[in-house]
Amino acid sequence: MKLRVDARASLSLVGSVLKYLAVPLCLPLVVALYYGDPVAPFVATIALTVAAGVGLERLDPDPEIRPREGFLMVAATWLAVAIVAAVPYLIEAHGIPMVTQPINPESTLGNPANALFEAMSGFTTTGATVLGEISFDAHTRSIMLWRQLTQWLGGMGIVVLAVAILPELSVGGAQLMDAEAPGPGIEKLTPRIAETARALWGAYLGLTVLEIVLLYSLNVAGVDQAMTLYNAVAHGLTTMPTGGFSPEARSIEAFSATAQWIIIPFMVAAGTNFALFWHVLTGDPRRLFGDSEFKFYVGAMGTLTAVIAGILFAGGLVGAAPAGETFDAAYLETVRAQIVGQVEPSLRYAAFQAVSIVTTTGYANMDFNAWGPPAQYLLLFAMFIGGSAGSTGGAVKIVRWYVILKSIRRELFTTAHPEAIRPVRLGGRTIDENAVRGIYSFTLLYIVIFFVGAGLLFLDSLRIGPTLSVLEVLSATAATLGNVGPGFGIVGPMGSYLAFSDASKYFMVGLMWIGRLEIIPVLVLLTSEYWTR
Amino acid sequence: MRVVIIGAGQVGSSIAADLASAHEVIVVDCDEERTEELNYSLDVLGVTGDGTSVSTLEEAGIGEADMVIASTDDDETNIVVCSTVKAISDAFTIARVKNTEYLRTWERSERAFGVDFMVCTNLLAAESIVRMIGLPAARDVDPFAGGKVQMAEFEVDEESPVANQTVADADRFDSLTFVAILKNGCVEIARGETLIEVGDRVVVIGSPESVREFAGSVAPEESQGTAEEVVIVGGSEIGYHAARLLESRGFKPRLVEQDTDRARDLAERLPQTVVMESDATDIEFLEREHIGDADIVIAALDSDEKNLLVSLLGRRMGVERTIAIIDTNDYVELFETVGVDVGVSPRSVVAEEISRFTREGEAENVALIESDKAEVLEIEVDAESILADRPIHESVADLPDGVVIGAITRDAEFITPRGDTVVEVGDHVVVFADIDVGEEVATRL
Repeated sequence: MKLRVDARASLSLVGSVLKYLAVPLCLPLVVALYYGDPVAPFVATIALTVAAGVGLERLDPDPEIRPREGFLMVAATWLAVAIVAAVPYLIEAHGIPMVTQPINPESTLGNPANALFEAMSGFTTTGATVLGEISFDAHTRSIMLWRQLTQWLGGMGIVVLAVAILPELSVGGAQLMDAEAPGPGIEKLTPRIAETARALWGAYLGLTVLEIVLLYSLNVAGVDQAMTLYNAVAHGLTTMPTGGFSPEARSIEAFSATAQWIIIPFMVAAGTNFALFWHVLTGDPRRLFGDSEFKFYVGAMGTLTAVIAGILFAGGLVGAAPAGETFDAAYLETVRAQIVGQVEPSLRYAAFQAVSIVTTTGYANMDFNAWGPPAQYLLLFAMFIGGSAGSTGGAVKIVRWYVILKSIRRELFTTAHPEAIRPVRLGGRTIDENAVRGIYSFTLLYIVIFFVGAGLLFLDSLRIGPTLSVLEVLSATAATLGNVGPGFGIVGPMGSYLAFSDASKYFMVGLMWIGRLEIIPVLVLLTSEYWTR
Repeated sequence: MRVVIIGAGQVGSSIAADLASAHEVIVVDCDEERTEELNYSLDVLGVTGDGTSVSTLEEAGIGEADMVIASTDDDETNIVVCSTVKAISDAFTIARVKNTEYLRTWERSERAFGVDFMVCTNLLAAESIVRMIGLPAARDVDPFAGGKVQMAEFEVDEESPVANQTVADADRFDSLTFVAILKNGCVEIARGETLIEVGDRVVVIGSPESVREFAGSVAPEESQGTAEEVVIVGGSEIGYHAARLLESRGFKPRLVEQDTDRARDLAERLPQTVVMESDATDIEFLEREHIGDADIVIAALDSDEKNLLVSLLGRRMGVERTIAIIDTNDYVELFETVGVDVGVSPRSVVAEEISRFTREGEAENVALIESDKAEVLEIEVDAESILADRPIHESVADLPDGVVIGAITRDAEFITPRGDTVVEVGDHVVVFADIDVGEEVATRL
């Protein structure tokens, strides 16, 4: 049997990406030097990734990328960077044998399953964590910054970044970006794909810097002392990629209401198609507000916010703190006094959580385990919506739901008028029937994988533990497959995925991986037709 | 004026016939039989040869020509003819095209392709159909003075409130003037005592509101409800443009097209239209979709016979009004006798438009009645005009017979002309004139 895929070419390009991963690794290294943290985790990782990268590149000095090689390259890249990103966590816990001492032997990330989970959760911008204790006592600032940085790198897409800077990817670049970018298809903004990739990364970088400046200005203005420069940078790095990691144990609850309000529009922007920002910057702002996907996206979040705000305002919190939750009765009393019957807090908590979940960011400005079932089920539903196509958000993507709703309406119309021909329209454009079919199969596949995944996680929890409620299992699956992050119960916003067995964690690493790449580019690798024909 | 017409098909011949009386006309065609025939049937000179070649054009005397009309059946040929003419002379060029893309290009940069005036067959035909849809029972509608004035032609049937009345009795509509009555194809100027009989056609000029009001009273049963249901049968270019124009006027038409790919293409381009893929002569389909309830059916298939069939089927199912595209000029009258309410011939629409344009001269705007029997002119009054600063009853005495002043607009306001109305310099007057006196009127007003 002869392989019809040039795996060497794909791996060679994975090598190029790994080699260049050394550059962003220098940032936590600098931070480590500044704070006087041990530098071993980063120095060793830089050496490792450069060596692995150069080694892989030698497999094929002149790689040629065709569509099939593209799928393999993208899928393998995401797995490889996650493995590299796990190395600093492992070195932190174990040290380098015979060279350095462990920095923090207690770290939960010493377990390879946990380290890989945290790394994959970072790069896929999921934001689900297995960090036991989130504080600077348990982990150095440089390690915590690396955790934030992985999300920023993964947000706009590590392959898109590679296309932007690696000249050898100019030919197959569109194919690669297509396999990686969220949503059906990419929009080429400029004749050269590398310029398109640079434009997207430029808009991404610009918004990130703007958010950091705004957040830090709160500290300078004396509004929010908790928003130190470190925190401003750390949260800037995880808002725009819809990541959700926070070096604060209480996530965004640690900050003032003003800071929370500032983060909301940035999460909205992160879930918006970045091509639209490019149009705004090139002097065509109507493209943003006239875009039907954007309108539908804002409308969905607005509706969700209004309903949840109403529920919270009317007192839709749980009656008593359930046993084993991440909060106690005192916390429940505090939030009840703060929210119920109060307009601004109800609106702020509802808007922040609705936006955070729809865009799949996964930040929390309160422990929404304290919400009653109606509001919680709305959030579970929101986990499937997702951001826009071409955004950094995960899950199914708003545009797919929009197309599905429209084609269902068409179906109803053609039932009454069998001869009528109705193309599905998205704004002014019509959508190709093949694209509609692709959207249907993706969404169906997503839902099937969700239920099968939830079933497997549940079986594994029966075998080993922990004891999980149905809502907890469903939310954990939806949150990892959709790259959302927090779920409900033990995996709630202030909780962690630590209690799961190693097998479950590896399984969820897979869910995050295929969720980020939108399933098809990974699943196609599992078919024999892909390899042999 | 010396006019060279390239292409002696239906359009070219009928333009030649329109212009022959007043101008020197030379017709070029590569078919010798056609040019021979024209030499005898019309008072024109036929030249045989390829209109895109310089030698043929020179043979036709292009150096002395004032105007060249390219009216072959092929868009590209017509455009090349105009470019060639521009390269060797400075005659005014008119090109006829079918493809609206060429028209769009030409509109963006006048003088593009060396064409001075471009007419698009399909668009013109669609426009003339859509104009009629706004006015039930109207057979022909033309706007003047930037839309402030409308000229319309109506057929009078037994139920019409003006049937068997004199013009003086019928003249009870505000801002509306009866200008002419067409009896058996002859034009009669409307005088107070002229009797309007069943089967006549009346030509009125007035404000759009008054014309609509008149239309409503002429055909009360057809004007019920303003949201008219329009079904277009056939996704030809004319069908497509008609749907597009109707969409832009707020209609939601239905369009039936048999070809799968074409139907899909149209559905993508027409967001407000329900496009159906079916054979329009499938009676079961027509019944299932309740085509009989439609107010208007436009038959725009590519064959005259099918259009007739569709119109008759529609009529029988209860459609109030049928408009059919009829390619062959000679069939128009026949089809209208058999049961098509209005027959529109794209070629004669274009010929009319080109003839109209060549006559415009001193007038701002011109419309032709019954192809060439009379014309309606819009003229801006200057100090030398015999109308200037005089009441109408005085100036009319100086005008030839066969002239009626239909409407006046002053600073974009509509004024109903009556005997004592004083016309001022700068007013726009819309006058109806018999074809024989048209030229004279145009120069003297």
